[in-house]
Amino acid sequence: MYGGGYIPGQENEKPDQFQEDPVKLKEFEDRIARGEKIEPHDWMPRGYRKQLIRMIEQHAHSEIIGALPEGTWITRAPGFRRKMALIAKVQDEVGHGQLLYNAAETLGKSREEMMADLLSGKSKYSNVFNYPAKTWADVAVIGFLIDAAAIVNQVANSKGSYGPYCRALERICYEESFHLKQGHDAFVALATGTKKQRAMLQDAVNRWYRPIIHFFGPPDVASVHTEKLMRWKVKMMSNDAMRNQYLSSYVPKVRELGIDFPDPNLRKNADGTWSFSDPDWDEFKRVIKGDGPCNKERLAVRKWVETEHRWIREALFNPNAKYTLPLS
Amino acid sequence: MNKEAAQELMLKMADDALIYGHRLSEWTGIGPILEEDIAFSSISQDKVGHAWQLYQLLEEDFGMPGPDQLGFGRKENEYKCCRLNELYTRDYAFALIRHFLMDHAEFIRYSLLRASSYEALAQLAKKVRGEIKYHVLHADTWVKKLGAATEESHSRMQAALNEAFPYALGIFEPGPLEQELIDTGIFIGEERLQSEWLDEIRPIIEESGLQLPATTDAAMGGRSGNHSSDLADLLEEMSEVLRSDPGANW
Repeated sequence: MYGGGYIPGQENEKPDQFQEDPVKLKEFEDRIARGEKIEPHDWMPRGYRKQLIRMIEQHAHSEIIGALPEGTWITRAPGFRRKMALIAKVQDEVGHGQLLYNAAETLGKSREEMMADLLSGKSKYSNVFNYPAKTWADVAVIGFLIDAAAIVNQVANSKGSYGPYCRALERICYEESFHLKQGHDAFVALATGTKKQRAMLQDAVNRWYRPIIHFFGPPDVASVHTEKLMRWKVKMMSNDAMRNQYLSSYVPKVRELGIDFPDPNLRKNADGTWSFSDPDWDEFKRVIKGDGPCNKERLAVRKWVETEHRWIREALFNPNAKYTLPLS
Repeated sequence: MNKEAAQELMLKMADDALIYGHRLSEWTGIGPILEEDIAFSSISQDKVGHAWQLYQLLEEDFGMPGPDQLGFGRKENEYKCCRLNELYTRDYAFALIRHFLMDHAEFIRYSLLRASSYEALAQLAKKVRGEIKYHVLHADTWVKKLGAATEESHSRMQAALNEAFPYALGIFEPGPLEQELIDTGIFIGEERLQSEWLDEIRPIIEESGLQLPATTDAAMGGRSGNHSSDLADLLEEMSEVLRSDPGANW
């Protein structure tokens, strides 16, 4: 997973008063318009660097926080096949976090700084992981429907302008396509299973519906800021465009299994866009601010990881640590 | 070939791999650093995969129930894993020391089994050994890194070693059909395994600035199905979803 199409904070951005060198700026924008990638040592505007750090960092945090709701089901996964697949899947997510932290570091912010900002609440991550995974069916819904949403976002972003991020995303998307298969397979098993399994799945879909609508962010509002980010190929698709693309692909796939979404107003319009009931964007904002069902729990786990294992990091930085050859 | 003896050996190996793999997988998502999170996940997948292959062989060659039933559906006293693997994971130092002690034993066990008179097991051993080789490298790297780096890392690692070592000696608890295994050439025996294991781990422990505990008291019982309550808790959790709707296809 899991970019989440929405980058909290961008709409509150104060206009940057800093004036870039117009010649360099034009050269930079021309390169992007020609489809060239920007690399770490290339000149880039301040606003570009800042926005990319924020975006990649939040993406990385989303990967490692996203490992938590599914991770808690590894020890309960029903049978060998599901157990092995789920360990591999969550491992991939943590690996994506690692790739993305590395990509963000090329822009000048260290992994330690990013981790500190995550724990202090300064950096955000995708809202969707602040909802609980209550039953095994949640694992199927996350693996199928949330991963699918992330893929829409990540495939779009992989065509962006910053080289290291694009390359990380290409690999991530490749792995995500397996996750989607894994999630779909688990989803189908429940949808075509016993009465109890179907009820469990429908209940999970009911609970995840709103976070899924929220996933791509609030409806588009035209702004100079967004226009610039799209010109710089930092943001590749609007929130609504991604949401419409996603709903067009996945609502039919869920409905054909006899599972439905808890919204009588969810329907496709003649122009290809989707209508749905008011998903309570205030809730969305509350969860971003830290007041979701699991925000505290998720950060508490990451804080535990950091404090519980401080001795290991200290040991690694100690010159007495025996140097050992790489494994291969 | 003595089928009962081979079955006894494979069942304890499969149970070891499953319960140990399960414990390792508890780190997925909460490992001390991202690289270790990924490493533990990777090793746990291998272990659970080894268990699956052994249970499958038990089904094919001995007509036992399939991997899901054997792995997830037995009573606690029917599991033959050693007690080291069932212990709940105290902390990362303990996880690492268990990994070190267990994987050295596993590596030697599978190395020796390449010469087993039971051909299917010998074939499996060749493949599995190639994977465990990397698990051992990983464990050695980290034990050496943390054994003497700081006062705190040293004392944590030594404390974990002191606690885990008697349980590790329980890996080599012989089963009732031990002599048959040796006589029929299926396996060279636990005694020989233990002595090779001690020869392997001793210099690494010393090089890491740690001290091998002097005790020879082994925590036995696992091989005959006498377990701590940690195993009951683990099994209850592991089978929770399967039990919630018995007979359903997941």
